[in-house]
Amino acid sequence: MSYRYEGSDNIGTTAVAKISATVPSGTTAAIIGHTGSGKSTLMQMVDALLLPTQGEIQVGDLTINAQTPKKELVNVHRRVGYVFQFPEKQLFAPTVLEDVAFGPINLGRSEEEARQAAKETLAALNFPPEQLDHSPLELSGGQMRRVALAGVLAMEPDVLILDEPTAGLDPAGQEELLRLVEGLHQRGITVLMITHQMDQVARLAQQVLVLNGGKLAFDGRPADLFAQPDLLEQNHLAAPQSVAFANRLKQAGINIGAPLSLSKLAAKIAAQVGGGHNDE
Amino acid sequence: MMNSRVLFGSYVPMNAPLHRLDPRLKLVTCFWYVVLVFFARGPWTYLMLVAMLAGMIGLSKIALRLYWTGIKPLIWVIGLTVAIQILFSSGGHVYWHWGLMAITSAGIAQAFVILARFILIVLASTVLTATTPPLRLADAIESLMRPLKKLRVPVNQIAMMISIALRFIPTIMEEVSTIVKAQQARGVDFASGSLYTRVKRMVPIMVPLFIGAFRRAEDLAMAMEARGYDPDQERTRYRQLTWQRPDSIVLAVVVLVSALFFLVLAFT
Repeated sequence: MSYRYEGSDNIGTTAVAKISATVPSGTTAAIIGHTGSGKSTLMQMVDALLLPTQGEIQVGDLTINAQTPKKELVNVHRRVGYVFQFPEKQLFAPTVLEDVAFGPINLGRSEEEARQAAKETLAALNFPPEQLDHSPLELSGGQMRRVALAGVLAMEPDVLILDEPTAGLDPAGQEELLRLVEGLHQRGITVLMITHQMDQVARLAQQVLVLNGGKLAFDGRPADLFAQPDLLEQNHLAAPQSVAFANRLKQAGINIGAPLSLSKLAAKIAAQVGGGHNDE
Repeated sequence: MMNSRVLFGSYVPMNAPLHRLDPRLKLVTCFWYVVLVFFARGPWTYLMLVAMLAGMIGLSKIALRLYWTGIKPLIWVIGLTVAIQILFSSGGHVYWHWGLMAITSAGIAQAFVILARFILIVLASTVLTATTPPLRLADAIESLMRPLKKLRVPVNQIAMMISIALRFIPTIMEEVSTIVKAQQARGVDFASGSLYTRVKRMVPIMVPLFIGAFRRAEDLAMAMEARGYDPDQERTRYRQLTWQRPDSIVLAVVVLVSALFFLVLAFT
């Protein structure tokens, strides 16, 4: 599908052009690409926040195209959760609990059910229960991010879009968030994650979409992407640490492929040193 | 509506003769034009005003369609004012009346005058804002206010405030759009509901917007201080305003036309 931003005087910009891709449900897919490559536009179309100017999007059994009536878009919003970049900016309610319950209430749940869902989600995210009636604006940055995330997760989406979820978090907060994404994957939720961190791609994603200038430059497994240094360079992407290290070894004449994590890298090197043969 | 890039009063980047004129001249001429609109009486003077406006629009080289998109959002305001004028003014022949409301010949004539003034003024100011980038306008305001410095008016600070306000309009529009989308994603249905629920739905947009604006203001103030901003310091500027020959010609034309305007006014 395509999307075009209309400007004044017919000067429009095509943000996303003729992209066609399928993400099987239950997959964690990473969406990567340079700033302005159309990642956010693409994701906003998946949540029907923007309608494609051409083509269509299928989310579960819902189809979105330019003609979809506005009333039906709400069904998509209810199915897809979207955690925007710096989601803590959208907190507004007087207390943490009310903010998290806002989404479930919009889904048509009763006040009681919504509060229950909010409490459970916050508990699952290790949010201290004694702070439930605090103002979300008094919290620390990491806690605010957690509340904002809970606000989306409490709606129990089938598909979750995360736009650079770890931006601006300290290392511990980042690690916690990545664990959370792993947990969501285990629960069978489809996760679409925009990120600039290749190590996150290597660690979490089963599928990776590379966008460049609004076009789909790659769609496949992370291992296949990182095994192609030329492709990475064309799209201004870096390799994950482990792959970068393996590439350096390759230049030195030792080929151990493209291991996606530091532990795999270590195992490969150990095999290389110990067994003296390459099992890739 | 929120995402529309064509806004009333937005700059249309081009290199037309009117774009190149000194912003001070354009600002003063626009003010002067509004003054003339209020002086105008009788068909000839209005005709002159229309001709002047046509000249300005011609020199701006901007398609009429864009001016139309500029006026469109104001149609309700204009319509309401005209309706009130027709219904609530008295005098002349009475065509219809009901309680306090009446349609009279004087009322209709008055309504026409109001309508004409409205359209002329809105169009003239649209010509100004469409051909002058906001920051140039701010420079012009500062330059024109400079004599007030003698009266201890903080001209520099006012100019800085205007430019900062202008600078952040697109940023805030962008932010509104993000917040609206984020709350839509959380299941807010902006498309339906009674007036009350619709107003209530503004809360999740307005609160984050204001918090964000205050936070941004604080950050900006801090950043300016960190870079040693001193409001009382004499400043040099990157964009220089230079008066050139075309400016003098246009000024002469404005003076001549104005003289002609008052002559016509005096003899009709």
